Amino acid sequence: MQGLTKTLANAPSLDDRAWRIRRNALRMGEVQGQGYIAQALGVADVLAVSYFHALNYRPEEPYWEDRDRFLLSIGHYAIALYAALIEAGIVPEAELETYGTDDSRLPMSGMASYTPGMEISGGSLGIGLGIAVGIGLGLKRKSSRSFVYNLMSDGELNEGPTWEAAMSAGHWGLDNLICLVDVNRMQADGPSTSVLNFEPLPAKWEAFGWHAQRVDGNDIATLVRAFDAARQLAEPKPRVVICDTKMAKGVPFLETRDKSHFLRVEQHEWALAIDALDAGRMS
Amino acid sequence: MSKRGPWRGGAALAQQPRAEDSGRPRLTTSAMIASLAAEGQRTSPAPFGRALVEAAKSRPEIVGMTADLSKYTDLHVFAKEYPERFYQMGMAEQLLMLAAAGLAHEGFVPFVTTYAVFASRRTYDFISQGIAEEGLNVKVCCALPGLTTGYGPSHQATEDIAIFRAMPDLTVVDPCDALDIEQATHAIAAHDGPVYMRLLRGNVPLVLDEYDYRFELGQAKLIRDGADVLVVSSGFMTMRALETAKLLAADRVDVAVLHVPTIKPLDEGAILREAGRGGRLVIVAENHSVIGGLGEAVAGTLLRAGVAPRRFGQVALPDAFLDAGALPTLHDRYGISAKAMAETIKRQL
Repeated sequence: MQGLTKTLANAPSLDDRAWRIRRNALRMGEVQGQGYIAQALGVADVLAVSYFHALNYRPEEPYWEDRDRFLLSIGHYAIALYAALIEAGIVPEAELETYGTDDSRLPMSGMASYTPGMEISGGSLGIGLGIAVGIGLGLKRKSSRSFVYNLMSDGELNEGPTWEAAMSAGHWGLDNLICLVDVNRMQADGPSTSVLNFEPLPAKWEAFGWHAQRVDGNDIATLVRAFDAARQLAEPKPRVVICDTKMAKGVPFLETRDKSHFLRVEQHEWALAIDALDAGRMS
Repeated sequence: MSKRGPWRGGAALAQQPRAEDSGRPRLTTSAMIASLAAEGQRTSPAPFGRALVEAAKSRPEIVGMTADLSKYTDLHVFAKEYPERFYQMGMAEQLLMLAAAGLAHEGFVPFVTTYAVFASRRTYDFISQGIAEEGLNVKVCCALPGLTTGYGPSHQATEDIAIFRAMPDLTVVDPCDALDIEQATHAIAAHDGPVYMRLLRGNVPLVLDEYDYRFELGQAKLIRDGADVLVVSSGFMTMRALETAKLLAADRVDVAVLHVPTIKPLDEGAILREAGRGGRLVIVAENHSVIGGLGEAVAGTLLRAGVAPRRFGQVALPDAFLDAGALPTLHDRYGISAKAMAETIKRQL
């Protein structure tokens, strides 16, 4: 897919992709009148670079054996991943209208059995990285050259099993494992640093045997370089890209709103948010 | 003051032996993993490890994983035979279950081992959400089920069945002896889906080869028939039930034993058929708390079907944190030795 994107003339840029991922997410939020939209807007650039620069996959064959595995540990970010899966052509755009409704393939929290392209059932926070370790070991058993990516939140750094998995990945030298940490500094009860301080992050991961990079997770060019470095690293180490992101990125009136884990958006504001996002795109 | 009341050890205890232990010699606490075999009893070594090696010969997708307890779960037998298929995950049980889920995602069949206390109490969410919710083909095989160690509550998994019975889509197996464990290992390897199995390790008693018995997943088996009492049992309590039947035969009490090695899904048909043969006392015997195990599963089955035995009773561990000590002492104290079980049955006849 990576090659495909690059060789197609007039292919959408990564900026376009990120904009459309944000737009898809806002449209889902509008359908449901709720959703973890601030997280989705914040992580959209990471997902754009994942799905339209880094990941190897076939939209028409979501369980193609040689695909890179992308695990969404943070189940409540499902709205963001659906937005990316729609943009990637893995989920039809028409299904966007069903988000979070009865019998939809797009439930509020991501589950493997519901959605094509959703590799695991996340949501019980802190489980993704451990599963990624097992998948990394499994891929090596099969002599596969695929990568396994785990997208997790900074809140999941509070969870013990995250660090069991981090230690294990270092122990096994899992050079096919790339962990993406979305650091938006907001947890259910308030700012992450006041809930449970997890800094200094790169030093922690390095101490567990990882190659660590910390980047602006809303700067696409920087993300591209970080993903390339993570994939091309010769050292037999797992790789982490710590992405500092801004919640609600791309919609100025939401960016400046008092932040909380579950950002309230009034029903009439969803259309305004889409307009604001589009206006930002034009300028 | 702790809920156990005042400190009761040392000299005070030495001077006041417990009434139920009177006449019994003071034994040394059993080893962490002690064999349940009585002196002179026939045993078979490491039935789980050896059966897994055998199953793995024709099943290259089988891998073994443990959290620093391979030697204590007989998985070391597999590790020695297939070092490239063995994953030592360190003393990190949560990771153990998640990594097993990951390997199962990639098409492998992980047999993961630890102690039953850790799998049930520490990793429930990881088995539930990492493995069972996705129906992944992981076999969680755990030593020290129920009261099989004298080390106290930290290692005594007296509630593991109650915990795992409540997990949707999980098959729960409690085999009796070396023969049962060996056959069950092959059966769960052939079964597509998540399984929790209780293990005995080391020199495991060999009993069921004397009977016309074969393990079949999901099936209860009538090991012996009897007119007065029906014992419905799982795990090594089936062995105890057979010993009890012999003891009671001397008193002209005729005991039937229905072995139920698969706790979930429960063979309700066999249980209703046997319990429905009227006039018998029905006793459910299990190496587990009275709460949430086979006893309550059978009781619920009977009640829902409107089958009322003459009397119903349980031989099970009390709803309590149990003592440390020697297994023979503790099995007598908590009523799961053959002798104690025979007395319980006689009282209810």
